[in-house]
Amino acid sequence: MNPELRELWVYLSTSPLLGLTLTLLAYQLAYAIYVKLGSHPLANPVAIAVALIVAILSFTGTPYAIYFEGAQFVHFLLGPATVALAVPLYAQWPRLKKLFGASMLALVTGSVVSVVSVWLIAEAFGASDQVLRSLAPKSVTSPIGMGISEKIGGLPSLTAVLIMLTGIVGAVIGPALLKATGTQDDAMRGFAIGISAHGIGTARAFQISETAGAFSALAMGLNGVVTSIVVPLLVHGLA
Amino acid sequence: MLASLTLLLVFQLIGETVVQWLRLPVPGPVLGMLLLFAALVLRGEVPVALRDTANGLLQHLSLLFVPAGVGVMTHLALLATAWLPISVAILLSTAVTLLVTAFVMRAAARQR
Repeated sequence: MNPELRELWVYLSTSPLLGLTLTLLAYQLAYAIYVKLGSHPLANPVAIAVALIVAILSFTGTPYAIYFEGAQFVHFLLGPATVALAVPLYAQWPRLKKLFGASMLALVTGSVVSVVSVWLIAEAFGASDQVLRSLAPKSVTSPIGMGISEKIGGLPSLTAVLIMLTGIVGAVIGPALLKATGTQDDAMRGFAIGISAHGIGTARAFQISETAGAFSALAMGLNGVVTSIVVPLLVHGLA
Repeated sequence: MLASLTLLLVFQLIGETVVQWLRLPVPGPVLGMLLLFAALVLRGEVPVALRDTANGLLQHLSLLFVPAGVGVMTHLALLATAWLPISVAILLSTAVTLLVTAFVMRAAARQR
């Protein structure tokens, strides 16, 4: 970059405006690409937006902390948005009452399978102990996952990254995989996506239908609770 | 819009407070979601303004994960050395979790 441009960038990056605007622009570009490619699941807007921003920050030598000073305003909205998930969930209340028993059974099984399978597979491929511990809570929403990771000796910031990758993978493969294996019911599709791919999966599930999204949100919340109890017990046995 | 956004923040705040106070293993917003859900069940309907605000916020839910996602850049070196176990484990484990969860739920729902 030429020195004048460099100076301008350094000046702008001291204010939150740049990080915030960059986030919104990159996301809208990513979303336009996603739509242009016929909403193909591989063109996941979160993945594209993240890749674009990482490329720009790396090219300009801007540290993540500086970027986040602006991006935190978007990040903050995750809180109220999570609370807002109660609204679509409420619309599914009659359905939820009927599926309550099945949901609870699927929840506990899914949580255990997620932790045990990721541990055994990564171990078989030679992952270090620290990576294993950071991977264990990969399927839960990041604030819970980071807390679990810290408790069992993982690296919370690495866990946040692994959780994001898991969410993208789940959002990309989830709907097609469930459809191909004969899960017709949107409530069940959503629930399975929420167990395995937390919030990013939930965002994707809302594109299937309102029902899928609501059940995904519910599964995400419950899975956070169950996984935080289950992981310390399982890791004790696995490690 | 303003009132319903405030309501969401109030429920988040209650969630955060209770979580801190009782040292629960849940994030505040998740408890806030469950509490708001309970409040809606008790009330028996969703106020129109709240529904509009919630839909607005959730319409681009994916966007809200971008800032945290960019955090991937802080671990590029580690990811470069352990990319194989990480990618295989995440891909297979996520697929297995999806299938087992859906299968158990289908089987259990059929039992009734």
